[in-house]
Amino acid sequence: MSKAVVDVPPKGGFSFDLCRRNEMLSKKGVQTPPFRKTGTTIVGLVFQDGVILGADTRATEGPIVCDKNCEKIHYMAPNIYCCGAGTAADTEAVTDMVSSQLQLHRYHTGRESRVVTALTLLKSHLFSYQGYVQAALVLGGVDCTGPHLHTIYPHGSTDTLPFATMGSGSLAAMAVFESKYHEGLTREEGINLVSEAICSGIFNDLGSGSNVDVCVITKGHKEYLRNHQLPNPRTYVSAKGYSFPKPIEVLLTKVTPLKEKVEVIEGGDAMEE
Amino acid sequence: MQLMDSSHSNPMSLCSQADSQRTLYPYVTGTSVIGVKYKDGILMAADMGGSYGSTLRYKSVERMKPIGKHSLLGASGEISDFQEILHYLDELILYDNMWDDGNSLGPKEVHSYLTRVMYNRRNKFNPLWNSLVLGGVKNGQKYLGTVSMIGVHFEDNHVATGFGNHLARPILRDEWHEDLSFEDGVKLLEKCMRVLLYRDRSAVNKLQIAKITEEGVTISQPYSLKTFWGFSAFQNPTVGAEGSW
Repeated sequence: MSKAVVDVPPKGGFSFDLCRRNEMLSKKGVQTPPFRKTGTTIVGLVFQDGVILGADTRATEGPIVCDKNCEKIHYMAPNIYCCGAGTAADTEAVTDMVSSQLQLHRYHTGRESRVVTALTLLKSHLFSYQGYVQAALVLGGVDCTGPHLHTIYPHGSTDTLPFATMGSGSLAAMAVFESKYHEGLTREEGINLVSEAICSGIFNDLGSGSNVDVCVITKGHKEYLRNHQLPNPRTYVSAKGYSFPKPIEVLLTKVTPLKEKVEVIEGGDAMEE
Repeated sequence: MQLMDSSHSNPMSLCSQADSQRTLYPYVTGTSVIGVKYKDGILMAADMGGSYGSTLRYKSVERMKPIGKHSLLGASGEISDFQEILHYLDELILYDNMWDDGNSLGPKEVHSYLTRVMYNRRNKFNPLWNSLVLGGVKNGQKYLGTVSMIGVHFEDNHVATGFGNHLARPILRDEWHEDLSFEDGVKLLEKCMRVLLYRDRSAVNKLQIAKITEEGVTISQPYSLKTFWGFSAFQNPTVGAEGSW
């Protein structure tokens, strides 16, 4: 970092400046700190009225479970949701970013977002980072052209599929889908199949665990079933119960507002559409 | 590691001319084998492919063989090492027969022998590059076990090798139950083999199912599974966005 050179603002993309230092450190025996990954089983399938997405809820940092109940089904648009596997920060950031871009696009065009729009935005972003943004996504939604389900790989390639699985538990979940999926599933059959696939990932893969989240998207309507199934309840709870020292008792509650409350007039001064 | 140092300092027997005789990587490999216990004995399934790297070179390799009167051995991994193991087992059964004492080696004993062989080879850094599935029935007792190339062995109600561990075992854990009938067992195995056919690149659509009961071993004729490719997303993946991919 020589002071003689004029400070140029960094160009876009990754700066690989610290790679040499990291190599030197790892040679000396310093381990890279583990980053939070979403070990994961994520699935999606197309049923007769739309798309159902499912995900487990375990986030791992190396061998430790750092979040027992995280949310892996991200909102993209009112009619599009996206499950993310890989590095948690990458999946969150990329889905948030594309979600905002989609909203701006909706304001610009005045129309409902299409799934292929989200797909193209995500894949061009991931491709330009050449796989360094480690986000593997299952994107699903229903728009004016019908239900769509896509998988997006960290390097930017995509697939259009009737059923898809990603993440470390993808083989266990795919085994369930390949043996039981058929076209024209009803809503109940679809939700059951998705839950079965996620449970297969939860119980047969070490990187996935805890609960099952499901999201059902149909034309004009979506249902986010957070913790649809909880197949891992806490097994041993102390029968004795817990006793805490006597708490501080509340004797009197008196609220003194510092300012007068402002009256809200209905319909006045609304933002222009 | 000890080996690295010795190659520099003094020519230890492990590193000089013995190097060319150690197994370093497999050449002709077979893919997964799946085995389940059912009402009358053991059912095992394996396809008939022998891959040479990424080419599917041999399509009629029998990867399941009967051993003695009471056992059935299925192997995945290097085919030549499987043939070597069959040779060892041949000798073992021959010696057992020569005793002529009215007793014969059961599946548990053969499994134990195989474990010792695999583990000893691994300790000499010259492994037999196989994952074995050993099943059998003796005196009404059903036995199903597995040995890996490093000597890891256990017995269970359903076992699988290779990719079968990731794709078939989840299905078996869900759907296996005690006292499966023969038809149900075959249906279950076919379900697993179909998933493997779709998702394992080294699988071939030509498989055999072997059954071993108190009466003996039957290995079926090779046949193929029906597959389905008619999903609408496969026919027209770019619906609504012509020109995209």
